[in-house]
Amino acid sequence: MSSKAIMKGMIGFYILLFFGYLFGPLLVMGVTAFNTPGYPQAYPFEAFTLDWFVKLYNHRNMMDGLKNSIVIGIGVVAISVPVGLAASIIMSQIYHRARGLYYLITISPLLTPGVIIGISTVIFWRDVLSVTDVTRGLFYKGIVLTILGQASFISAYCLLIFMARLTRFDRAQEEAALDLGATYPQVFWHILLPFLKPAVVSAIVIGFLTSFENYNTTTFAILADKTLVTVLAGEVRQGTTPALSALAVIIIGISIIGAISYEVVKRQEQNRAERAQRQAILAERGEIAATA
Amino acid sequence: MSSRALVFIIPIIVIAIFWMMARREARRKPDPTRKGFFERNGVVLGTVFVLLVGFWTLFLVALPYLYMVVESFHPALPPMKRGGPDDVLTTAQYASFLVNPINDSINWLHMGALLFSIIASIAVTALNFAICYPLAYYMAQAGTAQKVRLLMLGLIVPYWVNEILRAFSLRLLLASKGLINQALMGLGITDAPIDFLGNNTGLYVGLSYAYLLVMMFPLYNAIESLDKNQVEAARDLGAPWWRIHWDVVIPYAKPGIASGCTMVFMLSVGSLAAPQFLGGPRTLWFTAVIYDFFFQSFNWPRGAAYAFIMLVVCIALVLGMLRLFKVSLGEAIR
Repeated sequence: MSSKAIMKGMIGFYILLFFGYLFGPLLVMGVTAFNTPGYPQAYPFEAFTLDWFVKLYNHRNMMDGLKNSIVIGIGVVAISVPVGLAASIIMSQIYHRARGLYYLITISPLLTPGVIIGISTVIFWRDVLSVTDVTRGLFYKGIVLTILGQASFISAYCLLIFMARLTRFDRAQEEAALDLGATYPQVFWHILLPFLKPAVVSAIVIGFLTSFENYNTTTFAILADKTLVTVLAGEVRQGTTPALSALAVIIIGISIIGAISYEVVKRQEQNRAERAQRQAILAERGEIAATA
Repeated sequence: MSSRALVFIIPIIVIAIFWMMARREARRKPDPTRKGFFERNGVVLGTVFVLLVGFWTLFLVALPYLYMVVESFHPALPPMKRGGPDDVLTTAQYASFLVNPINDSINWLHMGALLFSIIASIAVTALNFAICYPLAYYMAQAGTAQKVRLLMLGLIVPYWVNEILRAFSLRLLLASKGLINQALMGLGITDAPIDFLGNNTGLYVGLSYAYLLVMMFPLYNAIESLDKNQVEAARDLGAPWWRIHWDVVIPYAKPGIASGCTMVFMLSVGSLAAPQFLGGPRTLWFTAVIYDFFFQSFNWPRGAAYAFIMLVVCIALVLGMLRLFKVSLGEAIR
């Protein structure tokens, strides 16, 4: 009995340590965002201030970078989600001997270091776009190359998300629609796509966030432009300012709100599903009683 | 220009070969119930699918990779001379990894950087496995559903903060004026601040911190599908706790462990942020060498050659490890 209590205590202590490791650095950084000294310092806490948030807002480069990051994120999602969807459908229909190679190619961006994706994108597209002066002038830009580079691996994430959802697709639904005279494109638009809707939503969210966060591929592909993350990297390399802590506080705040609302929605959905199930069981019982 | 143009021909040949194989098979064993791709999806939708996937697999994945490899077999030339008579195929960029072209001595600096990156990444992978395994096991086998959801949330939230800011937060903590040194000196454990960043502690902690989740989720997924009765049975038969893990859980979770380790290792070797912001001043990470060829000396072919060397060495190492532990690649990257 007592050994069990010791075991429980040890597990609790370990979980505490684990989450201390996970959150500790972020908490300390959070405190420095509200402290007055110019060098980010958590202790001693001299005086409460919100100046660093104002400084952050007035930071031109960061705001420009933020705008570019959003544009790139939207561009990447616009390419990667349709590509991932199409790729998941082709995965099930491709000539069976070619499937191994196809799988390898589609999954390889996930195993390739981001640095290499960035380099290969720049080297390849520099020459392709340099074929004419017009294309070079129009498209040889950091934002365009970053979208292309990021889309190469984010499409693979989307593919995996769609494939996971497709394995749960009930083929009988498709057959029923076909028997009732629907064409294949109709099946796609009215049955498959609605079924995939949750996967589309998660692909959009995960794709955008991954793009927004990316550093390794972006530093190479961004050329002379900048994103929020590359501006941040420049700032961190130059030194340390509590304005960076302030930015982290904002990001953590948004993510906690996001996480909590996600949890609430999920719980509501679960309750609704449970209630529906209970009602279905009751209804069935009622029917059985009626026929008996 | 010819060797670069060759890159575009390779995919055409590969597609043509598979096309012909498919045609021959269809002629030999005609299957009237089988529908063609465009029949199956409609002409418009089918065309859109093929164009999208073709663009991705060819222009965003296969061609850039092949092109990078071809570029690495070229000399570094100013833009005007590219495609001219000097633009010949050469292995000079690869040779420069072994022998420094400036003074003809063995290039210990770059070989050492690659070796250090690989050994440090293996250490980080092992560290992350040790840190994550108990929690993954607890969440997958012991915890209640409610608790697991809460723990999951706690795991994910910190990872919304991007890599750079996470490295920054660790730097604040580990700097000579940071909280840890303040605490150590305040408690009288040390007199002078310990240089955590200079002695690479920061680097290891940063890498481990950055890829904790990448290890956690494959482990959790693998252990979760283990039937609880197996653990019960082992316990009832009197196995001590460590034998249960060694003989039951770990063999069962091997594909998940392999996939977590593969991903942490690859990400860690290829990482740029943690070594840049948390590494000591004398520490040279291999990606930093590549970065400098691109942005300091503008020698793209040599950077490409180094990137390719890194990729090949890492993949060879991963495949070797998978073979050693008898896991197939398919299981590991699922």
